[in-house]
Amino acid sequence: MNPQVSSREPSLGPKHRDTTPEYTWEVRANSRGFRSPFNVRFPCLRRRGFSNNTIKTCKYNILTFLPLNLFEQFQRVANFYFLLIVILQSVPAISTLPWYTTMLPLLTVLFVRAAKDISDDLARRRSDKEINTRPCDILQGGSFKAEQWRHIHVGDIVRIRKDQIIPADLLLLASTEPHSLCYVETADIDGETNLKYRQALHCTHSRLQTEGQLSDFDGLVTCEEPNSLLHSFSGTLHWMGEQYPLSNDRILLRGFRLRNTHTCYGLVLFAGPDCKIMRNCGLFTVKKTQIEILLNRIVILILTSLAVTATLLAVGCGVWDARKGRSSEFIAATSRGDSSLYMGFLTFWGYIIILSPVMPMSLYITFEFIHVVHSLFIDWDLDMYFIEKDTPARARNTALNEQLGQIEFLFSDKTGTLTQNILTFKKCCVSGVIYGNKQIYSETTQPIDLQWNPFADGKLSFSDQVLVDRLRSGEDRSLTEFFRVLAVCHTVMAEEVDGDLRYQAASPDEEALVTAARNFGFVFMSRTQDSVTVSELGKIRVYDLLAILDFSSQRRRMSVLVREPSGKIKLFCKGADIVIFERLETKCLYLDATEKALEEFAKDSLRTLCLASKNVPEEFYQSWSKEFLSATMAMQNKEAKLEAVYEKMEQELTLLGATAIEDKLQDGVPDTIHILKKGGIKIWMLTGDKQETAVNIGYSCKLLDNNMEILEGATLRDLLWTPQINNNTSGLKNEEWLNSHLKNMQATRQALVITGQDLDEIFQQDSQIASCTKQAGILQHFVELASKCETVICCRVTPLQKANVVEAVKRQQKAITLAIGDGANDVNMIKRAHIGIGISGQEGLQAVQCSDFSLAQFRYLQRLLLVHGRWSYLRVCKFLNYFLFKTFSFSFVHIWFSFFNGFTSQPAYENWFITLYTVMYTSLPVLSMALLDQDVSCHASLKKPKLYWIGQEQQLFNLRVFAVTVLQALLTSLTLFFIPYGAFYNTAYDFQTFSVTVGTSAVFTVTAEIIQRITYWTRFNVLAIALCLILYFIMTFILQSAHLYRVAPQDFSFPGAAYNAFSHPYVWLTILLTVVVSILPALIVRALNKALRSPDLHRVHNSDMQVSYLNEVEFRQFFHGVPPRRRSSYAFSQHHGFGDLVTTMNSRETRSCEGVKTIPSLG
Amino acid sequence: MLIVFFLPHLLYFSSYWSKILKMKKDNKPDNTAFTQQRLPAWQPVLSVGIVLPLFFIIGLAFIGIGIGLLITSNNIQEFEEEYTGIGDNSNCYICANNATANCKCTLNFTIAQPIQGSVFMYYGLTNYYQNHQKYLSSRDDQQLAGETYYLKNPSQSCKPYQMDINNNPIAPCGSIANSFFNDAFALYYNNQGFLDEVKLDGSAIAWWTDHNVKFSNPSQTGSNLSQIFEGTVKPINWSKPVYNLDVNNPDNNGFINEDFLVWMRTAALPDFRKLYRRISGNYSSFMPSGNYTLEITYNYPVKDLPGKKKVIFSTVSWMGGKNQFLGIAYLVFGSLCFVMGFILLIVYAKYQNVEDNDD
Repeated sequence: MNPQVSSREPSLGPKHRDTTPEYTWEVRANSRGFRSPFNVRFPCLRRRGFSNNTIKTCKYNILTFLPLNLFEQFQRVANFYFLLIVILQSVPAISTLPWYTTMLPLLTVLFVRAAKDISDDLARRRSDKEINTRPCDILQGGSFKAEQWRHIHVGDIVRIRKDQIIPADLLLLASTEPHSLCYVETADIDGETNLKYRQALHCTHSRLQTEGQLSDFDGLVTCEEPNSLLHSFSGTLHWMGEQYPLSNDRILLRGFRLRNTHTCYGLVLFAGPDCKIMRNCGLFTVKKTQIEILLNRIVILILTSLAVTATLLAVGCGVWDARKGRSSEFIAATSRGDSSLYMGFLTFWGYIIILSPVMPMSLYITFEFIHVVHSLFIDWDLDMYFIEKDTPARARNTALNEQLGQIEFLFSDKTGTLTQNILTFKKCCVSGVIYGNKQIYSETTQPIDLQWNPFADGKLSFSDQVLVDRLRSGEDRSLTEFFRVLAVCHTVMAEEVDGDLRYQAASPDEEALVTAARNFGFVFMSRTQDSVTVSELGKIRVYDLLAILDFSSQRRRMSVLVREPSGKIKLFCKGADIVIFERLETKCLYLDATEKALEEFAKDSLRTLCLASKNVPEEFYQSWSKEFLSATMAMQNKEAKLEAVYEKMEQELTLLGATAIEDKLQDGVPDTIHILKKGGIKIWMLTGDKQETAVNIGYSCKLLDNNMEILEGATLRDLLWTPQINNNTSGLKNEEWLNSHLKNMQATRQALVITGQDLDEIFQQDSQIASCTKQAGILQHFVELASKCETVICCRVTPLQKANVVEAVKRQQKAITLAIGDGANDVNMIKRAHIGIGISGQEGLQAVQCSDFSLAQFRYLQRLLLVHGRWSYLRVCKFLNYFLFKTFSFSFVHIWFSFFNGFTSQPAYENWFITLYTVMYTSLPVLSMALLDQDVSCHASLKKPKLYWIGQEQQLFNLRVFAVTVLQALLTSLTLFFIPYGAFYNTAYDFQTFSVTVGTSAVFTVTAEIIQRITYWTRFNVLAIALCLILYFIMTFILQSAHLYRVAPQDFSFPGAAYNAFSHPYVWLTILLTVVVSILPALIVRALNKALRSPDLHRVHNSDMQVSYLNEVEFRQFFHGVPPRRRSSYAFSQHHGFGDLVTTMNSRETRSCEGVKTIPSLG
Repeated sequence: MLIVFFLPHLLYFSSYWSKILKMKKDNKPDNTAFTQQRLPAWQPVLSVGIVLPLFFIIGLAFIGIGIGLLITSNNIQEFEEEYTGIGDNSNCYICANNATANCKCTLNFTIAQPIQGSVFMYYGLTNYYQNHQKYLSSRDDQQLAGETYYLKNPSQSCKPYQMDINNNPIAPCGSIANSFFNDAFALYYNNQGFLDEVKLDGSAIAWWTDHNVKFSNPSQTGSNLSQIFEGTVKPINWSKPVYNLDVNNPDNNGFINEDFLVWMRTAALPDFRKLYRRISGNYSSFMPSGNYTLEITYNYPVKDLPGKKKVIFSTVSWMGGKNQFLGIAYLVFGSLCFVMGFILLIVYAKYQNVEDNDD
């Protein structure tokens, strides 16, 4: 840990530092104005330069709002198209409809969207402001001043107090702890909840202990450019003529929280948007739903066919004009001398205008409306309201609802999302006797009485009084020994704060065990370099610490060698069951009983550890300690040598028992996962946590079960990389090989566990391969393989990797993805997935702020997806299908009419009818359907998750369905035109009567159609239909009234038309026939469909009872069908424990070192 | 109506504001049937019990209506004569080819069966595109509504019949008015060698709304029509100015001339008929069988279109003129429904068996 002094001359200029990497980022301490030469030379090229610590996520200000927002809005195809129509309509030569028919709706849409954008932006601005104005202390002019985050500049020195959040990426200069150690919680960054430590350089630690020293500090840091790698940093500190290399463990990242450290001081290296976590955040992109994308494609299709149709009709117009129109004086005169060609050209635009209602503005308005109300339904849902924290579900992005019904891949964070991050000691087995609650999940059991123990923290939920009684009686020696091991064998550090004992542990498991021992009266009081003080049922005992045989991920165990107060030497050991069982003495007593107990613990998804001890003869220790010493001094192969020495000691152990810790899951997680899996959703767990922990949680939340084969580590690597090696020789062969493996996989249920390291390799190789060959890369193989697995767990992944995994699946599987998480480390993934969900009500709010939906609990996801998502998808699809049907069938009439009016783009209807048809006469029924329709009840969709597949398979709205809609609309429009045509042919009925007849038929036909389509009739549906029909008649009579005609004859040119038309029974008979014939084909198809197919949904309606019964049986099988395999874990850490830290001289000093004495005087 | 679309956004914002303004103690959503999507509802299933009777009922009803329509249509006595004058032997051949004004030709025809009831007389045109977009918009509704400003300043839409070559405003302007049908008819009954004029009543042939609302003459107190229209010129093709269309009835002049109104009510399709007169006087309720002579003042050229001109005499019923189409259509679709009903019956019967076996 000692700083390595560089041998190079520090005075040498940058050019001479040829062997060190070329660092381009330079920061001079206490020098805000300092700019590296590079920055000065290209000031304009470097957008960021040395930015201050302000972050800005809002998009607009008062001046830029209008142009920017309009620019964004007109990027939508539809908006641009409507603008074009408005422009066309205002050209008199081609105007067939008045300008207001499109202008008013367009303005409305623009206005509503702009209002929404403003409110979203204001929310972002508020959150920016909240973050930017957080308090912090900046060193200015020799003393620390209270400032805000935004005032921090690169080069500043800041002071961080205990439990404060680090405001920017800092170089740790010093802390009040011995040797400038500094504990941080990184849960917001990588999801790991155990404390980590960072240590300052020795030189800065020793020389920067006062404010004066700090303000005189003029070190220059040269380092890499800002980047997104959270786990790596390289740079050099140049100070007092020396160079010190800097690595990741000198750096405090923005978002860390300082824990158990009074104060620390840091030099700001990266601020604001340059911070590593901000670099990990990813760009804000506007999300679009699959339906919206499809709709956009359909819009383009429609517009193309519209242009083609208009062209054909325009050609027709030109031809007709040349051949017929010219022969009639009255008609030829109206062309005012224009040629037939020009007439055709004008008519083309005329047709574009009169056919434009096929894609009406109101489709977009209504679509938006529906989205908002669907979002409100989510906000309003009491079943997703978490009463304990008073948090309802929130749909923050109101445009993605229907996509919730199409999720195929779910990416979940672990900590805080699946688990509560609370570890509790639940059970133990000592000498073959199991102690602990029978029902671990029951809440009703009486907690045991721990009044006698002054150190009990009152948080233990253990209700087996027998254990306490036996323990206190002291009869059972092995029971005492068991808890002694728990209290002594660990690397936890104790601290007394206000008379209250607090533990700092490298892993939450360890803390849980030590805390449990404390509650049972075996209180770990303190430790020094060579002793551990324990209060055993009130008696203080001091153990001499002879050696710590530290944990490593290979060993999966740790031991301590202590000398008891009686003088006996003892080895206390705890570790994974397999590891311990291998090292037991041959005649071990309670082995079978313990194994049974472990099985039982595994069944309850508890994390287990075995405890063992042994008496070490003095002479054995003496010889062993020599070996141990030489191994610690070894310069080469130290690890291996130490391990061998450890191994010698850890033999012939006596088994004491086993502990069982529960990593408390969030409520209802296993059920939710089970239901979602049954709904065909593939669930991937992406966590920054260790592999063991992740797999364990996988088991306890039923992501994994014992029938699954787990692909991990070497097997997986073989599978992915072996074919890659002989890629060049037999490219095809290895594809086949993978395929055959995939085929084999279908027989067994598989799960895949991969670490961030392997993922990194995959991504790197893939980008290399992709750049030189166009062949399917390894990434594709991986995604394919992983998608075939029922469950995938990625552990030790960084936020960026999480996002990359999501991106890869999104791109290669062309599937809809959902990411759910709670911390800052999930932000990127949440932004990248089609739908991001934040768990609200936690401390860090970043995840929620970037999310599209926020839920208080993971378990609400099932309701969000299976009920809200499914309904939303159903409703949106029904809405789109019907809406397109109604506008198509009404607009196509113009085309048929063209054949009888010389292709002159004469609308078949009154202008007002065209304007109001979609907006008013037929709007409310479709709206009520799109808001309220349900095919099955929410209970049924939760009980039968398989119903979810309609969304995943895009069954309700796709190109095929669209084609059927177009066909039906074509048929309907033909009927709508030709029946009145036949009835009015060669009669005295005039054009306006004809218009009214066709128009009325159209309104009734689409109403009759929606009556067939609504499956859930509430009073609102009836009201909507009645209201619209009444409105149609009222509005028609108003718009055709004498009064309005007198006001503006130009605009209301149909006075009395409907009044006259409706007084003829003949017109009514025509309307009746038209309507019935229009709906007849659809009715016949539906009736036949009903007869020939037996739809799933129908059965659900009829057999709700049966379904629930079946599911119960299935559930029971699921949980109790197969005896669970035993699992054990020692998932304390991927790295070494705190063992080093505990035993090195440095840390064994008492807390009252000189640093503590001097530095508090500064504040 | 667009306000409706603001509603959810308002709701959305209001929930947002109420939270900010702390109007509610907690965030608990309201427990109402609407917010929890528990509205009482009826979930009908398109079952056999509904579909089959529906088809049979529609079928029966349509067949009934179809028969009714056909009977009514057959009871209508209609008599149609073409007088375009295309064939050499046609009486109006000369008039059709010599474009002299007020050329007269006669058309003799025989009515075999006496026509009972009131008879309407129509003129019919074929291949005449009154629904041509440019033609349709070649009018000035404001002028026709009697607004004095537009009388002298007709709208641009009337071009090229807005102003004459001397830049005088045309009243009524536009192509529709200019192409006003101006053939005139007189009908005589051949009563044993003696031509008895059949009185034709041209009153109330236009829509009441057209006569009283849509069209009106510009008003100017103390002036007669010709004074009001001073400063305007008649449409180019017209022989008489608009204030002098009906010499017999001074009230039937100007923009509210009934024949003019009928013409201005443009037809929907290229083949149409328009009401010309009602038979009145002695023959108003009974037209005896025998020979009739129609004297035509042939002014209106249709040869170029090429179109045909017809006169039609027809009794009237509740369904208007004679038209078989609707009756036949009802019969066809009625029977189709019936057949469909049977097909469905068979399909359902078969399916029902399958389902029984399944369960």
